[in-house]
Amino acid sequence: MSKKSHTVVSHYLVLIILSAITLFPVLWVILSSFKPQSELFRVPLTIIPKTWTLENYANSLKAGNFVTYFSNTVFVSVTSTAITVLINLMAGYALAKYIFRGRNLIFSTMIATLMIPLQVIMIPIFLQLKNFGLLNSLWGIIIPPAATPTGVFLARQYLVNLPDSLIEAARIDGAREHTIFFRLILPMSKPIIATIAIFSFMWRWNDYLWPLIVISNNKKQTLQQALANFVGQLQINWSNLLAMTTIAIIPVIIVFLAFQRFFFSGITAGSVKG
Amino acid sequence: MKRGTKGNFHQTLAPMLFLLPNMLIFGLFIIVPAVQGLRMSFTEWGVFTQPRFVGLANFRELAGDAVFWKTFTNTLTYSFFTVLLIMIYSLALAMMMHKNTIKGEQVFRSIFYIPSLLSMISVGIAWRFILGDEMGIINYLIRLMGGNGVRWLTDGKLAMMSIIAVSVWAQSGYYMVIFIAGLQAIPNELYEAATIDGASNHEIFRSITLPLLKSTLLVVLVLSTIASFKAYELITVMTKGGPGYATKLIVQQVYQVAFLEDRMGYASAMSMVLMLIISLFTIIQFKITGKEQGHE
Repeated sequence: MSKKSHTVVSHYLVLIILSAITLFPVLWVILSSFKPQSELFRVPLTIIPKTWTLENYANSLKAGNFVTYFSNTVFVSVTSTAITVLINLMAGYALAKYIFRGRNLIFSTMIATLMIPLQVIMIPIFLQLKNFGLLNSLWGIIIPPAATPTGVFLARQYLVNLPDSLIEAARIDGAREHTIFFRLILPMSKPIIATIAIFSFMWRWNDYLWPLIVISNNKKQTLQQALANFVGQLQINWSNLLAMTTIAIIPVIIVFLAFQRFFFSGITAGSVKG
Repeated sequence: MKRGTKGNFHQTLAPMLFLLPNMLIFGLFIIVPAVQGLRMSFTEWGVFTQPRFVGLANFRELAGDAVFWKTFTNTLTYSFFTVLLIMIYSLALAMMMHKNTIKGEQVFRSIFYIPSLLSMISVGIAWRFILGDEMGIINYLIRLMGGNGVRWLTDGKLAMMSIIAVSVWAQSGYYMVIFIAGLQAIPNELYEAATIDGASNHEIFRSITLPLLKSTLLVVLVLSTIASFKAYELITVMTKGGPGYATKLIVQQVYQVAFLEDRMGYASAMSMVLMLIISLFTIIQFKITGKEQGHE
């Protein structure tokens, strides 16, 4: 074997071993969720379930408010993403295509809010939401984090590169400003809309801290809160917990597999979440 | 570079209306609370009691608060090792997969990115299942080979190590993507020239890759540092900050003091310390990206 093909083989070997380490925890959770309770901790442990069963899924769906948590999460993720895309694109458009006093100041202030993550303003945010009557309301999770500095940044960066002449031509034809935005700009912004939407959806689906601060009413909780509560109990029913965790993981993996290229280009363009 | 259009009344009013929703949200839910948080740090403030101005008393108390300092040093330890290991591991991954030369590179990249898709809650659950003292698969394998079970999450020193290792597992794929982009921006001719000159792989890495990757390294450094100071979920799920205070970080302590002990003023003072650290790193990030754009 030549030296070169030798390096290629060892290169593959390293990648395969690291891939196995990377994937194992995820696969272990998913596979174990299909084992009957009696098999889960039975020695010797089996990687592939001896008996495949859906009983853990059936139990999770029946137990408590799991269906409510799931639909709360879907509602929050979808609504938030729609709002985030719309308002960040509007803001990005204003900052990219209009000249007005204070434009740079507004843009830098928005970006500077990156310095103030939720973790450092949890307490005043809680009080502010109380003032607005948004505690224990799903809108309290949806609206306050809907405007994101990263979203504005990405939208502005994309829209700056659209030619001004298109907008001017539309104005000469008598189009009003909002018509130009909704009929001309939005349809041309599909790639950046997809990027912002995907990252927003993933973030909202996985988010725990906002719901934790806003929601204390059991019926309004999200999936991640339900999982955290479940794992906080003294006696954990692992079979059910693993089934619920799998239900929480599958949607994000599907979104990823369907839209991979937006993930990688989005990360390099923004290098930040949101 | 000036872009955009200037025109009649509608064209001056329109941008304000387009900006309105975002400005309202940023104002009401970031800027006002940030100012409020600063004010609160000088008060005694509970949900059921009248706020009372106490000057610097909270900060004086903070200076002598052993639990706070424990969470402070825990945060620094967690942050230092997590960031260091993420930098090394994600760069190593990127180095193996940036040339588009080997078959299946895209598939490997996607595999390494998968942990970054999961919520930190799910990550914590998966690893608590794996690292369990009695029933976890790792201890099972150790016992199978004749060893004794290791207390991954219930021993003071090991728990912090486990949390750090899981954080690295969970986040490296994300930073790998940034490193791959950085590596691909380095012109291939440089490598070819160096190879013709007979430079070793080690020399190429030290004198071409590292210097040209400097700004990417700094971006990853700053982003992962900020992320590490915000860590909350993983610890909640895996150790609840324990055993004792062994893995409790500042954010946990703020939450506990504010919402469980109802001392919101004092907890705000802690938040201010955290904000100071995060701001510092964000400013560094702006300085770097600003310089980058200046070169273009």
